[in-house]
Amino acid sequence: MKRKNWRGALLRPQFAALAAVLLINWLLFPGFFDITLQDGRLFGSLIDVLNRGAPVAILAIGMTAVIATKGVDLSVGAVMAIAGAVAAVLVTGGASAIVAVGAALLVGLLCGLWNGILVTYLEIQPIIATLVLMVAGRGLAQLVTEGSIVTFSDPVLIFIGTGSLFGMPMPIVIAAVLTLLATLIVRKTALGLLIEAVGVNRSAARFAGISSGLLLVLVYTFAGFCAATSGLIVAGDIRGADANNAGLWLELDAILAVVIGGTSLLGGRFSIPMSVVGALIIQAMNTGILISGFSPEFNLVVKSGVIILILIMQAPITSQWLRARTSERKAQ
Amino acid sequence: MVNGSQPVVQARGIVKIFGQHRALDGVDFEVRPGEVHALLGENGAGKSTLIKILTGAYQPDGGEILLEGGPVRFSDPLDAQRHGIGTVYQEVNLLPNRSVAENLFLGHQPTRFGMVQRRVIEVKARELLATYGLEIDVKAELGSYSVAVQQIVAIARAVELSGKVLVLDEPTASLDRNEVAKMFEVVGRLKARGLGIIFITHFLDQVFEIADRVTILRNGKLIGTRTLSEVTTTDVVRMMLGKDLAFDHGGVGVAEAVQGPVRVQFKSLGRQGKVAPFTLSLHEGEVVGVAGLLGSGRTEMARLMFGVDTADGGEISVGGRVVSIRNPAQAVAAGFGFCPEDRKLDGIFGELSVRENIIIALQAKLGWFRALNRDEQDEIAGNYAEALDIRAANHDMPVKLLSGGNQQKVILARWLAIDPNFLILDEPTRGIDVGAHAEIVRTINRLREEGLALLVISSELDEVVAYSNRIVVMRDREMVAELSGADIAPSVIVAAIADNRGSQAAKMETSA
Amino acid sequence: MNRALRPLLATTAIFVLAYLAAIIQFPAMLSTRVLGNFLTDNAFLGIAAVGMTFVIISGGIDLSVGAVIGFTTVLNAVLIMWLGLHPLFAFAISLTVAAAFGAVMGAAIHYLKVPSFIVTLAGMFLARGGASVLSPDSIGIKHEVYTTISKSYVLLPGGGRLTVIAMIMLVVFVLGMILAHRTRFGSYVYALGGSEVSAGLMGVPVARTTILIYTLSAFLAGLAGIVFSLYTSAGYSLSALGVELDAIAAVVIGGTLLTGGYGFIAGTFIGVMLQGLVQTYIVFDGSLSSWWTKIVIGGLLFLFILLQRLVFSAAAPRRKVFWKS
Repeated sequence: MKRKNWRGALLRPQFAALAAVLLINWLLFPGFFDITLQDGRLFGSLIDVLNRGAPVAILAIGMTAVIATKGVDLSVGAVMAIAGAVAAVLVTGGASAIVAVGAALLVGLLCGLWNGILVTYLEIQPIIATLVLMVAGRGLAQLVTEGSIVTFSDPVLIFIGTGSLFGMPMPIVIAAVLTLLATLIVRKTALGLLIEAVGVNRSAARFAGISSGLLLVLVYTFAGFCAATSGLIVAGDIRGADANNAGLWLELDAILAVVIGGTSLLGGRFSIPMSVVGALIIQAMNTGILISGFSPEFNLVVKSGVIILILIMQAPITSQWLRARTSERKAQ
Repeated sequence: MVNGSQPVVQARGIVKIFGQHRALDGVDFEVRPGEVHALLGENGAGKSTLIKILTGAYQPDGGEILLEGGPVRFSDPLDAQRHGIGTVYQEVNLLPNRSVAENLFLGHQPTRFGMVQRRVIEVKARELLATYGLEIDVKAELGSYSVAVQQIVAIARAVELSGKVLVLDEPTASLDRNEVAKMFEVVGRLKARGLGIIFITHFLDQVFEIADRVTILRNGKLIGTRTLSEVTTTDVVRMMLGKDLAFDHGGVGVAEAVQGPVRVQFKSLGRQGKVAPFTLSLHEGEVVGVAGLLGSGRTEMARLMFGVDTADGGEISVGGRVVSIRNPAQAVAAGFGFCPEDRKLDGIFGELSVRENIIIALQAKLGWFRALNRDEQDEIAGNYAEALDIRAANHDMPVKLLSGGNQQKVILARWLAIDPNFLILDEPTRGIDVGAHAEIVRTINRLREEGLALLVISSELDEVVAYSNRIVVMRDREMVAELSGADIAPSVIVAAIADNRGSQAAKMETSA
Repeated sequence: MNRALRPLLATTAIFVLAYLAAIIQFPAMLSTRVLGNFLTDNAFLGIAAVGMTFVIISGGIDLSVGAVIGFTTVLNAVLIMWLGLHPLFAFAISLTVAAAFGAVMGAAIHYLKVPSFIVTLAGMFLARGGASVLSPDSIGIKHEVYTTISKSYVLLPGGGRLTVIAMIMLVVFVLGMILAHRTRFGSYVYALGGSEVSAGLMGVPVARTTILIYTLSAFLAGLAGIVFSLYTSAGYSLSALGVELDAIAAVVIGGTLLTGGYGFIAGTFIGVMLQGLVQTYIVFDGSLSSWWTKIVIGGLLFLFILLQRLVFSAAAPRRKVFWKS
């Protein structure tokens, strides 16, 4: 029974899409699947996809939970910048790396808490509530860095972005651990089911005795935490905090990853691992476009194509049309 | 009323089918010019479906519509409006954010060089409303006026654009007495102008006050059309609730002897504007039926008990201990369960599986961290699915694919899974086919025998009589009677519901 | 008093008070020169914000305007510098392309029944990507029309200059006001924002209106792109990054309800000017850094969202009614 489920899961269109993108990359660049071990760390294009895809994958973990409740968080990119700025400024000011990382994560949690309170207790629509921090967040990050790109040489922070553990680059390790932990937490506790219930029908959830308020705040806070983690990775990678560009537009990539992963923007059923797969599909496309020599911006065109495709596939008008077609065929 | 004149609009043998369900089954209906024709029926009787067909929102699956004698087919409500049939809905379908004048003329504003002539519109709006006896600032936004004014603006717009038939869908539902009087004045004027008016309401006294004839629907079928001067309130209630008094047999329902100790008690629970304070105790192994027409406060009472709305006075005790219930989560913690009237909106989680729908309340009660694992879930879902005979291909399929009856059983299973003290069922058999209907009635009886305390709201009198130990009657947001023993008979219930104001003092036996 | 006016009055009051405070601190800020620069520097933002106002009043949002501005600057530059077209001809092509782009987005929003933010998000990716595909690098535009336009201005008393692009913005605002408040189309836009269902039942052509709204927004974004290219004499795919957020902020600060149904084009003008004021103040102050602009704008945005909730969630005041029998 269990094994059957696994096989069914692997047959999902997302995996087919990922395989197709990887295959195209391999056709364009025959060395795509080569992986080498140098200085105890794995190298290769495939590893690169995972490594570069990690920040969006981590954002997507938090975003999945938010979208499952029928919400959205537009501020995660800005929160990444704030978290990176906080860590960089603290560490250059002489604080220990532990303190810097802790403070950055705490700030992420607070940003998420702020969003959660606006959505839950002030009952502001999620897209509007999180827009506030999206607009102001980069300003706050610049306030922390005082407008400059704060570079640092703290080995621990750099390790988060570029180090490796058991041969795997740290971002991959962090993303994998977070994916695993988040999945276990939502599936081994009742949180996953309760989040889905609230997302599917908030009124019925209330009648069934679910207190959705705390749940919503928790979900947005978690998204803030994920954003801060992602922000630390990006900062460690470039050895500095760039308040203007860190995480720019990544909130949109994260939303896209979640949608590709099959979680509906209308809330309800969600799958964290599938969102991570979505993030990897996006990154594999990025990498493919880069190695085939197109400008990275070309990627945006491809991304918009993917969104349009998904929208058309999910539109009620399409399923009506398909139904009409199949019933026609039956009639013949 | 112009008796005998040709009907302005006529529906013949209308059939409408949704999936398996026959929402309308060969219904005839007509309205004459200068007539107010009331349309009555409980929720799900088919009133709104019939109206939607008459106004072009739905297409009938059978039968025909005649307008002034000739067959017509309306593609949508705008088409019906062009043909002369205008509609005013209960939740006013105008734009509260725009001015009164714009609401009257939107889409038909006179323009000059592409510019809307606002002055002209305002003058015309003022003149138009004056013919309805309304003098208001037409430049102010519609939302700043009371619902009564909004209703009249909606009527004015509908009449202006249609002019033959006016459909009023529950126009008085949220009006006070004075406003209703004003509304009736307006209706009177339009009637005098020769419009045919279809009036949908659940207030019987208003029907007798304003309407000339009444048509009653029940379960999608036409029960009859009567001239109101020839019938009494009791006749109408009887037609609506489907009890033929000729076959009346008093007090055969349930032996009332077996009654355990008091399980839950509600002491002067009430909320301003919703339900007058009421007191009610339920014993172990007892079913208390709630009878009353739509809008009588029966659902509001249940919502207060379950903390969906918070009471502004009174107390609740369970097993003799006072508990605080200010939200449904607290009610669930106290061991209450509630199967709401609107299953789709407040009951089921359509996308979630049958299994998850069954265990969700228990899981909410257990909290975030004591998760039921898959085996436990399967076991619970399996047990209750078997006990209630829930027919689903498997328990992992989305609950939205089940029939209405099976969905209702899933919600029932959800509450039985928390091992409740007290269960509220609001219209548990509405919109459910006959077979499942009987099963749910049997289940109610079985649960009573197992010692549960139940409160069952139903507009099916046969049913309430069959399983209730006691019956409370609601009218005008107030508990007006408590019946037991030989009084548990449709005739007594109908009398209590239909009872006219003033003559009811004798029946006031709201016991403490 | 019309409650929809309250946020607008609050914005106006804040603007006047802030301007007074700024003048007291820096008397030089009270001059037509500063005012002229205000208008010129924010012309592209103002034009795009007019389109955004229509979108938001109708209950939607358009995330693509910044990208459409960027795309138009590049398209203009390509048409003029690479293909040698006359700028006026290039402008016509750019505006047509932008409008068609908006029409497609509007149609997708209506017919695919998807939230506007996701459709315009795809539009944003497409426009930015398309611009980079045209030319990843900045293209300088040198043409006598460009020099003439950027050199022409009306001298204001006090030495200020009312440039052509500032005048374009002012004209767009005036036309926008007429369109919103004086035409049937305008009333349909408000109707959609009030309730799409009611609007449909009242005979508003919902599909056509939705498509026209996004067409208008993209057209104005295209115009803003032309103005931006006149302002910078260049076309660059990454120009006007994040302008959609500034435009949304200007609209909301200007008293338009983010959930639709209420709003004023004139309010958006004050919203844009308030943003300009913050920027100018920061320049005058010298010690404050530019990022304060974003923080202040974010703060104002929050303040106004909160204010709107208070004003519009409180039960509507019931007006007195005179019944005649």
